[in-house]
Amino acid sequence: MADARFESVSAVRDGLKGAEYLADDGIAGVVYLADRLGKPILVEGPAGTGKTELAKSVAKATGARLIRLQCYEGLDESKALYEWNYKKQLLRIQAQRVAEEAGSWNEIEDDIFSEDFLLTRPLLEAIRATEPVVLLIDEVDRVEVETEALLLEILSDYQVSIPELGTVVATQIPLVFLTSNNTRELSEALKRRCLFLHIDYPTLEREREIVLTKVPGISEHLADEIVRIVRSIRSLELKKSPSVSETLDWARTLLLLDVQSIDAEQAKSTLNILLKYQSDIAKATKELSA
Amino acid sequence: MLDLLNGFVAELRLAGLPVSLTENLDAMEAVRHIPLEDREAFKYALAATLVKSNAHWKAFDTVFEVYFSMRGPEFKVGEDGDLSELMDQIWSDTEQGQPQQGGAMEGLTPEELAQMLYKALMEGDQAVLAAIARQAVKRFAGMEPGRPVGGTYYLYRTLRNLDLEGVLERLMEEARGKGDLTSLEERLLKDEYDARITKLRQEIEAEIRRRLVADRGSQAMAKTLRKPLPEDVDFMHASREELLALRKALQPLTRKLAVRLARKRRHGRKGPLDFRSTVRHSLSYGGVPAEPKFKFPRPAKPEIIVLADISGSVAAFARFTLHLVYAISGQFSKVRSWVFIDGIDEVTSYFEGVEDIAEAVHRVNTEADVIWVDGHSDYGHAFEAFWKEHARDITPKTTVLLLGDARNNYHASNSWVVAEMRKKARHVYWLNPEPRSYWDTGDSIVGEYGTHLDGVWECRNLRQLERFVDVLD
Repeated sequence: MADARFESVSAVRDGLKGAEYLADDGIAGVVYLADRLGKPILVEGPAGTGKTELAKSVAKATGARLIRLQCYEGLDESKALYEWNYKKQLLRIQAQRVAEEAGSWNEIEDDIFSEDFLLTRPLLEAIRATEPVVLLIDEVDRVEVETEALLLEILSDYQVSIPELGTVVATQIPLVFLTSNNTRELSEALKRRCLFLHIDYPTLEREREIVLTKVPGISEHLADEIVRIVRSIRSLELKKSPSVSETLDWARTLLLLDVQSIDAEQAKSTLNILLKYQSDIAKATKELSA
Repeated sequence: MLDLLNGFVAELRLAGLPVSLTENLDAMEAVRHIPLEDREAFKYALAATLVKSNAHWKAFDTVFEVYFSMRGPEFKVGEDGDLSELMDQIWSDTEQGQPQQGGAMEGLTPEELAQMLYKALMEGDQAVLAAIARQAVKRFAGMEPGRPVGGTYYLYRTLRNLDLEGVLERLMEEARGKGDLTSLEERLLKDEYDARITKLRQEIEAEIRRRLVADRGSQAMAKTLRKPLPEDVDFMHASREELLALRKALQPLTRKLAVRLARKRRHGRKGPLDFRSTVRHSLSYGGVPAEPKFKFPRPAKPEIIVLADISGSVAAFARFTLHLVYAISGQFSKVRSWVFIDGIDEVTSYFEGVEDIAEAVHRVNTEADVIWVDGHSDYGHAFEAFWKEHARDITPKTTVLLLGDARNNYHASNSWVVAEMRKKARHVYWLNPEPRSYWDTGDSIVGEYGTHLDGVWECRNLRQLERFVDVLD
């Protein structure tokens, strides 16, 4: 591809690091491949491990505009792709009538189905953009299976077909990220078109790095203790394991409380930041003090 | 390269991963863009294009390690090389690969090796741990070329000799002796050592696998290492590790099922014709009922009654099903459950107001009073006892699930109870964890019960269980 964004895998990693996102080899490698192959990335993983953040950081690192489509149940064409500006069309027709009694109908029809009357929604916007963009389709598992089909044309050919206008083909290929929380199985057709990236909880070392970068002013000693406690908690069988974002929240809290070194008491009294279920908190408290 | 990748994809398909033709093409395209000498990058490129579900990652990992292990840079002689020569090369690699240890490792006594392991674990020195793993396998596993034993046997032998639990104990004692640790610090330290030991175990496993591949060839190894995906693991024959993996797979599954059932209710068929509303709207069409109106659908949530056999052979299956049913209990108006072996006991209360279902299921297995005479399954007596006490709890809204293998130990079947149940209940289903071909052999009388049921389902793995819950309404 002529306009590759990244030189090599390590360039991806450095770029992302500049945007305060610490990528491991897997993440950087897949982003690099997506850029080279011109394919979308389907990012899956537990909540709060930085799936959306990845897309944002890539946009930041490449200096591209981020276009975001938040998916929800009931999302349809007119919200995701495009819509005709009905009111403006009506006005146009009426204005025509006033100006020159009964102009040729064909002229008007050609006119009101032109780009001037098109309201672009995120997907079309990403396709039509002339500057580099990153398209983020967030929580794609929330739309119904039928609606997924909307995405297929864009993801494989980077084009949108509008019956009245013809096909709009992308001028530049955007980097596309789809995120999923895996509440349902995505269709084979969608998966086939994407590169797959699973982001899991980070390793101890990487999480420590993340805490150090994201929470300025924290001491290495404290960061180390935090991630070690979090690792211990994650090894328990919980309803919801603490995510990276919750680790960061906890680190910020401890920093605010001016804690130098965590003891069991402090850990217990601030556990509610890490864990969101009463039974989980009870279990962790028991384990940590045992 | 083409042949190599094609062979790899074929191997993945044999392992049960669905790999389509386009994905195969993508993989070929992808590897063109990455430096081939970087093994990790190569692996990620293949994974991103070929594996589209996290549950399949482990299977992919195993296949990759086996399939591409022989072709690593240190084994340049190729697959056709002499077997013993190859083994020699790997063994000499052990020493050359670790210059700082050098040939010294050979001469170590077992005590010295143990001491080294202890120190390496304490300091978390990766390089030394890897060297120890290799040495330990070489020394303790007792691997002989052509010996038809599985990798787990060698693993067991190696680990028994290293006595990792003892080492962990010693490490902890030393830490305790050093200074006054708070309980929290102690716990963290233990987790740290645990993580290191797990790493060592993985090293050892990898080493054994490497040697086995060298001995038998990657084709044969891939076959023996082929493991079922979590959703295909048989409940009745799952190993402890597989059960753990199953438990992990269960949680996302319950979430998925709950969402799916809720959606189905919401978007399901329209309600019956609303006559009043249709007439009212016909006024705007001059009295012609052009636009039929329907009542808002209010599908009744079903009531679920579960009767589960928890005798040894089918206990794991009963546990999983109970767990699943209670995890999605929000989708039902009421769930009640009984467990039995030859006696029967209601366990609904164990689940009431409990957030932690796993804990409740555990209590069911340990506390429920299910032995009547001898503790061998007696479906007939259990059903009869249930019917005497609770017949009136079954209403036309109730769906009854009977779980078990119907191996009745030649007792009376009392299948009339099931027939009566079906008359009163909305549906009566039987879930059998045995393969269909075993049904009605020996003392299994599932066929006799089956004549009175709405359906008998084979439920050997999560995939089948999921399919059943999907039709539940």
